[in-house]
Amino acid sequence: MTDIIRLSAAQLAEKLRAGELTSVQVTQAYLDRIAAVDESINSFIVVTAEDALATAAEVDRLRGEGAQLHPLAGVPIAIKDVVVTDGVQTTAGSKMLEGWIPPYDATLVEKIKEAKLPILGKTNMDEFAMGSSTEHSAYGKTLNPWDLDRIPGGSGGGSAAALAAFEAPLAIGTDTGGSIRQPGAVTGTVGVKPTYGSVSRYGLIAMASSLDQAGPVTRTVMDSALLHELIGGHDPKDSTSLPEPQTGYVAAAEQGATGDLKGVRVGIVKELSGEGYQDGVQDRFDESVELLRAAGAEIVEVSCPSFEHALAAYYLIMPAEASSNLAKFDGMRFGLRVEPSEGPVTAERVMAATRGAGFGDEVKRRIIIGTYALSSGYYDAYYGSAQKVRTLIQRDFNAAFEKADVLISPTAPTTAFKFGEKLDDPLAMYLNDVATIPANLAGVPGMSLPNGVSDDGMPVGFQILAPIREDARMYRIGAALEAALEKKWGGPILAQAPELEAK
Amino acid sequence: MSTNYVELVDYDEAVAKYDPVLGIEVHVELGTKTKMFCGAGVEFGGEPNTQVTPVSLGLPGALPVVNGTAVEYAIRIGLALNCKIAETCRFARKNYFYPDVPKNFQTSQYDEPIAYDGYLDVELDDGEIFRVNIERAHMEEDAGKNTHVGGATGRIQGADHSLIDYNRAGIPLVEIVTRPIEGAGARAPEVARAYVQTLRDIFRALDVSEARMERGNVRADVNLSLRPSPEAPLGTRTETKNVNSFRSIERAVRYEVERQAAVLDAGEKVLQETRHWHEDNNTTSSGREKSDAEDYRYFPEPDLVPVAPSREWVEEIRAALPELPAVKRRRLIGEWGFTDVEMRDVINAGALEIIEETVAAGTSPAAARKWWMGELARNAKEQEIELAEVAVTPAQINELQSLIESKRINDKIGRQVLEAVLAGEGNPEEIVVKKGLEIVSDDGALLSVIDETLAAQPDIVEKVKSGNMGPIGAIIGAVMKATKGQADAGRVRELVLERIGA
Repeated sequence: MTDIIRLSAAQLAEKLRAGELTSVQVTQAYLDRIAAVDESINSFIVVTAEDALATAAEVDRLRGEGAQLHPLAGVPIAIKDVVVTDGVQTTAGSKMLEGWIPPYDATLVEKIKEAKLPILGKTNMDEFAMGSSTEHSAYGKTLNPWDLDRIPGGSGGGSAAALAAFEAPLAIGTDTGGSIRQPGAVTGTVGVKPTYGSVSRYGLIAMASSLDQAGPVTRTVMDSALLHELIGGHDPKDSTSLPEPQTGYVAAAEQGATGDLKGVRVGIVKELSGEGYQDGVQDRFDESVELLRAAGAEIVEVSCPSFEHALAAYYLIMPAEASSNLAKFDGMRFGLRVEPSEGPVTAERVMAATRGAGFGDEVKRRIIIGTYALSSGYYDAYYGSAQKVRTLIQRDFNAAFEKADVLISPTAPTTAFKFGEKLDDPLAMYLNDVATIPANLAGVPGMSLPNGVSDDGMPVGFQILAPIREDARMYRIGAALEAALEKKWGGPILAQAPELEAK
Repeated sequence: MSTNYVELVDYDEAVAKYDPVLGIEVHVELGTKTKMFCGAGVEFGGEPNTQVTPVSLGLPGALPVVNGTAVEYAIRIGLALNCKIAETCRFARKNYFYPDVPKNFQTSQYDEPIAYDGYLDVELDDGEIFRVNIERAHMEEDAGKNTHVGGATGRIQGADHSLIDYNRAGIPLVEIVTRPIEGAGARAPEVARAYVQTLRDIFRALDVSEARMERGNVRADVNLSLRPSPEAPLGTRTETKNVNSFRSIERAVRYEVERQAAVLDAGEKVLQETRHWHEDNNTTSSGREKSDAEDYRYFPEPDLVPVAPSREWVEEIRAALPELPAVKRRRLIGEWGFTDVEMRDVINAGALEIIEETVAAGTSPAAARKWWMGELARNAKEQEIELAEVAVTPAQINELQSLIESKRINDKIGRQVLEAVLAGEGNPEEIVVKKGLEIVSDDGALLSVIDETLAAQPDIVEKVKSGNMGPIGAIIGAVMKATKGQADAGRVRELVLERIGA
């Protein structure tokens, strides 16, 4: 393994700027790594080597000409396959979209292309981002680089595993109930779900429109800050995007890295601990709290009683929106088309046959739940009540943020579980998102960063939540904790991960 | 499926026995430059699937953005219908699977329409004013258009495949829903027609739509139910879809009254169902049965934020509303001296604006009406175009009329000149000069023609001399013929009489 691929994005950017490395060298190093290990990990559905190298060469040429470039220009990136890319197959992990070549770019992809980050390829995920393990991908599961028998988290297991396996220095994820943060936690990487509206959703294949948010998947807090500033900002094509520019995250991370948290109030969410939380997870959490205290933070306990109902509300709102968002996959205009094996070939029957064949079980399960929840006569009891719970959760957050500047919890109650362990038990699978879901329901930003290794040898994640539009606070506290932890470990956590054998 | 009753009850008998109640839903396509939720164009008649974006095709990842102009137009409509304008309102998804709906849901408004609680005063043929209460006006998007290939008459039955054109998908619509229209009695068909006609005029006056019925810019769904008496509770209604001409609206209501009366007379129940209107034989037929089982699973559109028109904006729009047709009509009837019937004909012909412009150019209202409702209306009809599209301007009509009034040409030559203008040969004055069409006003020249004519017909001269004025017309006609019509017939008559000495 060469040193290039172990550098952080910020370090790579610095070396590119200083002329110590070229983008082609960096991009090639990552492509070589993908070629060596991705057969074992299966992070990527598609690798776009040629395009990546072309962009890299262009960056090197422009830099040679003294052009003004974006700080991340030339640093490669991987993109979750739920994000639409012009001319490159986009499947959202589903058979339904196998071979679909979009005619347009998502806004965040436009920004990445404008800043000239070579795009390495599209990463694997649970079908339509529904799952916590990537076992629901139609393109095979992704493996956890820490232990190939274990899940890499989901839905964005591909992006997180790509970072943990040094197949990419940066990646894009999307997070509807934890799909950036939980994979980050179980792979020892950093993931940020920004404030709802911080990053344009235009070009994200929607699961639940009111919950979906794209964000950075990286190995360091600073790298997330850099990427967040690049992809964030108002987009006239997304009515729900925030009007203000998304800046100040890099500065906040720099401030945090000094290690001084004096005057910062950190709130431990009482409800996100205890029963169901693995000992190793809880221990690492408690140790991290002590590090924050040592850095000068004031630690308080806050209570968010409505969080208890978050999972139930989430599993009504999300499927309700998904059932409608996924209606367009019907074989009429794009993607898979299946004709019924017998009987008349009418549009209605083609739609039914296509949806029957194209969607996996988990997707069907959620469409059925959502359709039911929206049915007349049940709407008030299910969707209506869930929206009320959502309001209560927002109120809990508001009250908690009166007492604390940020809230903290373990990202997930357990470390990575083994393949198949929860595949037949959807409820157990859903419980994995119990700590991440409240942020989506309230629209607040959340970050997961690695804070140690559990007794089972698997990494543990630490979650930081901030008020809406106060994403900068997470970067400050996250960077401070990261600095303290790395000092304690004597290096990044991924140095503790086993070496992958190149196939 | 319902039985199709062919035996209808005579209309007069039906309305004597039952009280009809109407409910009308009118969809109007707004004349915005782009679609309701994306920047795709909305021109009529483009090549199939050329006016589309990822949004209007419902491609994965695409998101809607509300067209601000469409919101403004919806507010204009709401205000013109005396509605309240919501301080905040939301879009909702109406979920149903159909290939012409690209997302398999229509983005519409459900329980929070932009305008609600209004009314419209409709003038009936005899000048009576009938008030229609408006429940709501809401914004939504149109669907694409299916073409069924291989079956008879383009119907889906028997077709072997269907083509979909998404050019229309996403065009902004405003749907206007009435409250039950009671008290129309036997005049229900006329009320229905007059209501939609009044709306059409308002859409045009507000400049929110071309409102061309034949292009489907305005589409009406007519609900009708019968009850034994005005005191009885509402009966079961049918909804006749897409009745798209004024005449058809009237006939569809009439037909449903006759049909439902027959059903009720037979002691059966009217089925709550959608019915299709058949232009060819003026009947309706049963479509799908509408029951409570039809569940659109409405929920607030999460991809859009609420629309919250500020009160200042609403008042600005209100202040800028043009004079509405009914008010304008009353004003112009006074100013122009037209009869109610004449005015209605003018409006139905879409000639109001153009006559107004012609009058503004200096022509008398009567003359302007004569040109636009006569020669030019015929010309437009022949070419199957709108009156405003005829190749002559109000200024040219005014020039033509001035030539006639100053007696430089007569009416007959005037029509020739108009034809030349329509053929693109220039302005009236120019044409008259170029072609030498001016009236022969030189008495000397006329007298020599008259003398020749009189000399050729001595017997007629005798008759006239003896007091029989009958044959004088023949002499005048002969003189006009000899001058190729370029003489003032009045002057010719004077000179002839003078010559004969009668």
